[in-house]
Amino acid sequence: MNRRPFLKLVSALTIAGALAANAASAETIRIGAVAPKTGPLAGGATVTQWPSIYLWVEQVNAAGGLTVDGEQMMIELIEYDDQTNPGETIKAVQRLATQDDAHFIIAPYGTGLNLAAAPLFDRYGYPQIAVSAITDQQAELAAKFPNMFFTLGTTTALAADVVKVLTDMRDAGQMGDKVAMVNVADAFGIELATAAKPLFEEAGFDIVYETSYPLGTQDLSPVIKGAAAAEPDAFVAWSYPPDTFGLTEQAMIENLDVKAFYTAVATPFPGYGARFGSAAEGVLGAGGVNPDSPAFMEYAAAHEAVTGAKPDYWASATTYASLEILGQSIEAVGLDREAVTAHLREATFDTILGPISFDENNSNADFWTVGQWQGGVFRGVASRGRDGTVPVILKDGWE
Amino acid sequence: MRNLILAALAFGICALLPFGDNGYWLGLGVTIAMFTTLATSWALFSGPTHYISLATAAFFGVGTYVTGLGIDTLPFWSLVGLAGLIGAVLAALVGLATLRLSGVYFVIFTLGLAELVRQVITWVQNNTGQKGLYVLTDLDEAGIYWWLLGLAAAVFLTGWLIGRSRLGFALRIIGDDETVAAHSGINTARAKILLFMVPGAVAAMTGAILAPRYVYIEPSLAFAPILSFQVVIMALLGGASRLWGPLVGVIPFTFLLETVSSNFPNQTTLVIGIAFLVIVYLLPNGFVGLLDRVLRRTKANEVQ
Repeated sequence: MNRRPFLKLVSALTIAGALAANAASAETIRIGAVAPKTGPLAGGATVTQWPSIYLWVEQVNAAGGLTVDGEQMMIELIEYDDQTNPGETIKAVQRLATQDDAHFIIAPYGTGLNLAAAPLFDRYGYPQIAVSAITDQQAELAAKFPNMFFTLGTTTALAADVVKVLTDMRDAGQMGDKVAMVNVADAFGIELATAAKPLFEEAGFDIVYETSYPLGTQDLSPVIKGAAAAEPDAFVAWSYPPDTFGLTEQAMIENLDVKAFYTAVATPFPGYGARFGSAAEGVLGAGGVNPDSPAFMEYAAAHEAVTGAKPDYWASATTYASLEILGQSIEAVGLDREAVTAHLREATFDTILGPISFDENNSNADFWTVGQWQGGVFRGVASRGRDGTVPVILKDGWE
Repeated sequence: MRNLILAALAFGICALLPFGDNGYWLGLGVTIAMFTTLATSWALFSGPTHYISLATAAFFGVGTYVTGLGIDTLPFWSLVGLAGLIGAVLAALVGLATLRLSGVYFVIFTLGLAELVRQVITWVQNNTGQKGLYVLTDLDEAGIYWWLLGLAAAVFLTGWLIGRSRLGFALRIIGDDETVAAHSGINTARAKILLFMVPGAVAAMTGAILAPRYVYIEPSLAFAPILSFQVVIMALLGGASRLWGPLVGVIPFTFLLETVSSNFPNQTTLVIGIAFLVIVYLLPNGFVGLLDRVLRRTKANEVQ
């Protein structure tokens, strides 16, 4: 007598559970993500990569999912930590492709990890919209891995536009032609310095001081002291996150007197502005955005509301844009990966950075190259084909 | 002889893996083959001598750079050989400088070696204005797997031969008591250096073989110190006193790492750390030690 209602309840629950599970699995798009949560690149990935992924998934799902063939599908995010180890990146991509049956995989973080994953994206036919993989080898790589797309620009463009910004300042009579150039002795730092040196010489600059320091150098005061002794008009450092902060700190201590001060990677991080406050005013760095565009402002506000942190003023927005591009492609042609890749080559996408399309080398030709801290915000001062660049200001002391 | 035939048969079966699965399992197969090669060659030296070497990452990185720098000019097989040669020479130099030291001095030096080699390479790159190194080849996962398997077979064969040679006998005596060995007329330094060249050459060749898998070679990825520690832990989990010991450590450890990284994406490093502690605490002599203990107990029971 008493057993029946209980049985009814159990069977009802079982059926409901089964229905719910079915509904969920039938209508979700499985999106894989692999990037460092630990290891040397974790600092960058947790500022630039992960928050934008979480934000995009949250926003798409809050809006009811992506529309695929007239049906609303929610996104299920499957994430892995590659510990900044290419072997782990390879394993994770393989797991996503073969065990988790991911419909799509978000490109990993960093040049090395993206390229380690490229053969697998290629083999399983996943489109790979790489962001933090800056290289001059785009044509060669796109020929080898036709599914790989590039969004953040080339090494040479980043270096050339710094030279151009300084040339304009010199030609406007704002400073002389003496440059101190230093670099971190590691992959990307060396590439940038190698690209920049002939460009500086060609532009008629006199490189009065040139040195490099190993990655992880704690005491950077000899670098700044050496530069100061050469009395340059401009100081350019092709630096990585830890030394970007270290060099700026030493420049403040030594009160390095230059009209232009440039540090490369991590200068657009919100942490940089927060740490140096008004001393950051006038510091030039790699990247940039148009912080006044309504699309960026809306993105930055949502980023902070959802993830509790501010986006950086460069690759964060591009990472988000790469996901918008993926989402728009899925809505346009469905879950067929080959069709999505074909669509990526042909279409123009409306993103928070403005329109983005890919050329015959799978690269986005419109990107930011140089930015500057102005009034507590990092603003783009040079770009390839982007709107909203502002004039450069002179570095005026470290107060 | 029977053991040799059995081993050859086992390798033959392993070589069939790419025909069975060309994706996930082959990927794990590459990882297992890589660590088996590294850990077994590591144990060839460290097992009998009890010198803990943390130099694997240094040799491995040198090997990836040999492929990275030479891939456009030389055929791949010659690069693997060249890497082995460079690794052996480097190991001999390091051995000459340090193997007269013992204990903790040797450990610290080998740990620093990866950083030293890495800094030398970046210094050269920096001064020559080297651009990024891209290794674009047609070698796929199956090809890399077969290369590694071949290398692993060579390592096992070398180990088997050394075990039967005068050198192997000398090393066992050195491991038991170096002073006694020296007094019995064994040139201990020479024996140790000769044997240290084996893991040096093998790790460099492994790096050279794996470079096409990483595509882009940069110092921080090629010389990652974690590799040296993983090799030591896997070899110790298996047991360094037998030739096949590291193998029984590598296989469960690879699956453990795989399970942890797929199930704890946010705590991978933490869980791996705890696993290390548990292994060291519960299995101080590795699986080989555990097996010996079980065998001894059964024997004791039989006697009773």
